[in-house]
Amino acid sequence: MKFAGLLVMPAGFFLALAALVLFPASSAASRTAFVLCGLAVEALGLVVALRGHMEDKETSRS
Amino acid sequence: MTPTPPPAMSDAAFVLVLALLLVSPLAIAGLALINTGLGRSRSAAQSLLGSLAIVAVAAIAFALAGATFAGTAAGASHAMHAGGKPWDWLGAAPLFLAGLGSAPPQAQLGLLFEFLAVTLAALIPWGSGADRLKLTAGCAVAAVLGALVFPLVAHWVWAGGWLAQLGLNFSLGAGFQDPAGAATVHVLGGMAALVVVWLAGPRKGKFPPGGFATAMPGHNAVYILFGCLLALAGWLAFNVAGAVLWLHAPLSALPGAAVNTLLSASGAVAATFAVTRIRFGKPDASLCANGWLAGLVASSATAGIVTPVQGLVIGLVAGVLTPLLVEVLELAVSVDDPSGAIAVHGAGGLWGLVAAGALAPQAGQLLAQLVGIAALIGIALPLVYLLLWVVNRFVPLRVEQDGERIGMDLHELGGGAYPEFVIHRDDSYR
Repeated sequence: MKFAGLLVMPAGFFLALAALVLFPASSAASRTAFVLCGLAVEALGLVVALRGHMEDKETSRS
Repeated sequence: MTPTPPPAMSDAAFVLVLALLLVSPLAIAGLALINTGLGRSRSAAQSLLGSLAIVAVAAIAFALAGATFAGTAAGASHAMHAGGKPWDWLGAAPLFLAGLGSAPPQAQLGLLFEFLAVTLAALIPWGSGADRLKLTAGCAVAAVLGALVFPLVAHWVWAGGWLAQLGLNFSLGAGFQDPAGAATVHVLGGMAALVVVWLAGPRKGKFPPGGFATAMPGHNAVYILFGCLLALAGWLAFNVAGAVLWLHAPLSALPGAAVNTLLSASGAVAATFAVTRIRFGKPDASLCANGWLAGLVASSATAGIVTPVQGLVIGLVAGVLTPLLVEVLELAVSVDDPSGAIAVHGAGGLWGLVAAGALAPQAGQLLAQLVGIAALIGIALPLVYLLLWVVNRFVPLRVEQDGERIGMDLHELGGGAYPEFVIHRDDSYR
């Protein structure tokens, strides 16, 4: 689960990069929304990785 | 578009920055002292010796390989083209610092700044792995950060890399701005701390089966708090030198950057003092130290950009967030981070970068900062995990069980830091 989370993070980064390439400088709102979506995907990956860490801890306790 | 070379630096600015950089190792000394104080007494000598070794290994690794990958502004680099724009992603400076003496003075100062920055970054995860990380493991982590990861990010941010060129190529303000290492040093160090904690696991007895997390307080509040004062001196030097080097700030703007640094730390420690007093009835010394450091970390991104009032508010927010995040990470997420580096350096640095973008006068600066943060979390964190996971296969990060029981000093050095005092055995914490 930790590895899955870590794999999701680069996906969020490429989403943020895509915003710069796909939208011109004039459409700042679209760019911002896209970059925020990328960050949200990264945050999701981080949460999944942290959940994986917690599950590892629970397993090692029992 | 190709980046324009940085404006020429006056002799006065050169001397000032050089003098400041010679003072900035006080930040490293402060952090080493804080890390030692926050660990246990039976690991104190190993902690400080480890700090020395890590500084040495990080500097050597950066000299042998890292400086080549970091490159210099307007120097040789590797770039690819996508979407009609150049993406400068890796430096290509001469190997082994060749030609350093004949480089422009500003490039030499930039390199010295990076040398000091990489040692500070490498020291951050050492505090998080306190009481269970082996000396060899700490050195291996420092080598990876110094030779590979830090140079990559430093090139993107300080040496005309694609993040620095976001303003030029995509009209995002002045490009990603990180004048004193909030991203390259602190967020990177905080992420490495998270990875070290993930790979090494918690200290023995920290999370007992079916119970709450065990409190393992730092062994010396005097080290911790004096380390904070030392760190202030180093941070003032780093922030002012960074403002000249990377923001090209005029000399008249430098006192303001120093005032902002002090106000940010002051606001942060005042806020943490209040939060811990409300939460626990009395202020908590180690959390107040964490708050102070978080204020300094946030100022690394903002000191040369914001007004004094804004600097104070940035520190106040950092001071409120830090103790709460330290508590959440330990109690809700089962992360054993004795130095609080993930919250202090990781989250504090991120907050500073966002605040710098939100308060900058240029349009699009916030978006540039957010893209930089996306690069740190999306590329640097998985890369650090991958590299340290490989390191852990060959050089196990965690000490043997017996070493943790008798203490790192006895196990790794054969003698303790305080031979005349009675040291607590492991059972006394339970």
